[in-house]
Amino acid sequence: MKTFEYTITDPLGIHARPAGAIAAKAKEFASEITVAKGDKTADGRRLFALMGLSAKEGDTLIVTCKGEDEDAAADALLALLKANL
Amino acid sequence: MITLRGKPVMEGIAIGILRFLEAEARTVEDAGSVECTPEEMKKRFYEIREAVAAECAGLAERARVEVGQSEAEIFATHRLMVLDGDLEDAVLSGIEAGKSLADAIRQAGEGLAAMLAAMEDDYLRARAADAKDVCARLIAALRGERAGVSRLDVPTVLAAADITPAELLQSDRTQLMGFFTADGATGSHTAILARSLALPSAVAVGSLPDRSLEGETVIVDGFTGEVIVSPDTRTLALYCEKQAAVKAERQLEETFRGLPNCTLDGYEVQVVCNIGRGEEAAAVLQNDGGGVGLFRSEFLYLESPDFPSEETQYRVYRRLLEDMGGRPVVIRTMDVGADKQVGYFGIGREENPALGYRSIRICMDRPEILTTQLRALYRASAFGKLSILVPMIISPSELLWVRTKEQEVRDELRAEGITFDPDVKLGIMIETPAAAVVSDLLAKDADFFSIGTNDLTQYALAMDRQNPRIERFYDPHHPAILRMIATVVENAHREGKKVSVCGELARDTSLTPFFLSAGVDSLSVSPPYVLRLRRAIRECDRSKVKMKDFLKT
Repeated sequence: MKTFEYTITDPLGIHARPAGAIAAKAKEFASEITVAKGDKTADGRRLFALMGLSAKEGDTLIVTCKGEDEDAAADALLALLKANL
Repeated sequence: MITLRGKPVMEGIAIGILRFLEAEARTVEDAGSVECTPEEMKKRFYEIREAVAAECAGLAERARVEVGQSEAEIFATHRLMVLDGDLEDAVLSGIEAGKSLADAIRQAGEGLAAMLAAMEDDYLRARAADAKDVCARLIAALRGERAGVSRLDVPTVLAAADITPAELLQSDRTQLMGFFTADGATGSHTAILARSLALPSAVAVGSLPDRSLEGETVIVDGFTGEVIVSPDTRTLALYCEKQAAVKAERQLEETFRGLPNCTLDGYEVQVVCNIGRGEEAAAVLQNDGGGVGLFRSEFLYLESPDFPSEETQYRVYRRLLEDMGGRPVVIRTMDVGADKQVGYFGIGREENPALGYRSIRICMDRPEILTTQLRALYRASAFGKLSILVPMIISPSELLWVRTKEQEVRDELRAEGITFDPDVKLGIMIETPAAAVVSDLLAKDADFFSIGTNDLTQYALAMDRQNPRIERFYDPHHPAILRMIATVVENAHREGKKVSVCGELARDTSLTPFFLSAGVDSLSVSPPYVLRLRRAIRECDRSKVKMKDFLKT
């Protein structure tokens, strides 16, 4: 299992476009991917669930990847978060 | 004959058969999908889901080509919503519970929309409409129709409470003449798209005509915002004539595409565009604009729950510069205050907001607002040809203060090893009589001037443009205004600096000979006016212009 934290710098937070980007990226991997904010957890493949986290600028996300390609998935998601959020 | 009054969105006259959009695409009926087993319904769901996802992908591609990247992303997001696992789960459990497929989809959409609508964030709350839109499209596919009106048999004018960009883009544009909506705003995505597609249209007409009038002839006057249902023969004839005149005019304007903005006596000016959103870059290019003469950055502040971050701004500016592909782009720094109020600025009520706490005056108390924006602008400058325009400067000391901040930003970025264009020009708006009168002094430290005629006229004549009681006194051709413009150009040229005119006066072709003879270097207008203005420029001979008549000297 691979876990990392990321703090959002975009003031709009996880709105539709970045949520879409995360979901699309997560679908590229076989690993199970979850994104958590506080006590709320969302399946990384699910757009509505990601938007439902209501994550804003300054919020810290915990991303967990579990599966055969977990290293690659974690790297790709971190890069995506850095570029979009 | 019924006349409705709305706000004009795109100029032109549309005449067609009235059709209500809701009747077809918006209400959901459950016909057809009954008497299937749950297994059949699930299979059917996956089939239409694939079809709608493919349709969204196609729309995204079409939007990318016809309108621009930002519109394309809306449809790309819709595609992901269609394929979303939460939606799938909700539909499947609806089917298990014995609902019809259409019911299951509708309830899934309502559930997701309710989840989004309950959120604190305004932006995400607004996405509830997307969730409903997506489910409406699934249901339309189920009933063998596409959302929007993809097949129209006769020239049609659409009417709806509101119309989405998808519906406009999907409708049959060979037959779609125009549209009007009960709600909506002139700055919406739909309005921007209507302008890109040159669809005569009006929004905010209040209430829609009675449904029984579907099939009647309707006229949309995109110049005034008027909508006339079941016109009498005289009115219809009048508008047919007007429409023919507009069409002839447009065809004539088209012949000026690609030509230089050059007078008969060989004086060349720049014709560029005023825009308020990055998405409008497409309209600039479609109308053959030479670049962006004024990008109002206010929307970033107006549509954000708090001050927009450097990163957010940087992405918007960078994309605009990239979209304009090396053409010059002038971005004006935040001009909040006066008629554009933003809650989180905490400006409070003012006796006289037009003469109050506004733009640079706010930044001088809170310099971080300006430096954040300057950093974003400078970072984006590496991706195109950027100039920065600062509003509401009335004296050289204010300009020097901005220059100090600019220097700080440049030093910071250099220290951080961030690349930027070292030749970015920084100019100021001339929009107060004070700035016009001391323009000789301001020209020493500004790289260029941009004359904002709307505010300049309002301040010089001491008249509020929005006040209908004094409309008859409001004369933008007043010699006081024209003399000030002539003086500003003279003062700028003495210091070797260029002058642009970016207010509404710039598109007034009765003044084009005056601007050209005064020596204005650049005229900035809304995208649909570029070709009309070019025509006026190419028909002008400066040796025949009598400046006396304009200046009343």
